[in-house]
Amino acid sequence: MRIKDILTIIDGTVACGNNRMNDEVETGFASDLMSDVLTLQTNNLVLITGLANVQTIRTAEVADISHIILARNKKASPELLALASENNQVIIECPYSMFKTCGLLYNAGLKAIY
Amino acid sequence: MHFTYLITGGNFTHAGHASSQVKRILKQLNVNPVTIKRIVVALYEAEVNVVAHAYRGNIDVDIEPERVLVLITDEGPGIADIELAMKEGYSTASPKVREMGFGAGMGLSNMKKNSDKLIIQSQVGQGTHVELTTFLTQ
Repeated sequence: MRIKDILTIIDGTVACGNNRMNDEVETGFASDLMSDVLTLQTNNLVLITGLANVQTIRTAEVADISHIILARNKKASPELLALASENNQVIIECPYSMFKTCGLLYNAGLKAIY
Repeated sequence: MHFTYLITGGNFTHAGHASSQVKRILKQLNVNPVTIKRIVVALYEAEVNVVAHAYRGNIDVDIEPERVLVLITDEGPGIADIELAMKEGYSTASPKVREMGFGAGMGLSNMKKNSDKLIIQSQVGQGTHVELTTFLTQ
């Protein structure tokens, strides 16, 4: 699924990484617990989280995750965006709850990791 | 090759900075991406633990052709029961740590899963010493 299609499906807004809208992701993982994110072996996934702080970006960097959706209408802080931009990561802000965001993406064909 | 990083307890803004630097170095050295991820995940969990629980700490990274050795030494409250602390779900983290997305009692087990050898020594009231070894030749 292309990032630009994800934007349309979840009514998302790009906060960082406009140059990567044609990137494709195969799977999605939703969590607010960063240690859970660090257990994943899968590559090329989009992380859906309501945790909008610098540790989200660091965790994604460590876990080789380049695409992050901030659900629950969370907004990226300038600090978060500066780090994401340095890492060339895509940050999407989404107005919907995590449940609805996941539901929309799953319904559109984004696969679960497990 | 040897690198040293300082960690300040409680400073969540910089938590993960050292792990990020180590990741870049290992990438430059063309280490296998799967191995890099294992080393950096284990190191990051350790780094977050120092920020979350200790007053200050050091990370020493020693890279040799056959293995990467990471030593994390902190001054802090120490761990009274290491066996208990290794159990998934056991945590003494503060609400502040949980707000950062950690503190679910998975840190030590994630470190164990992502290293070939894990040694933890701790003295209550003084601090904790962690050794993470990852072999590059396997």
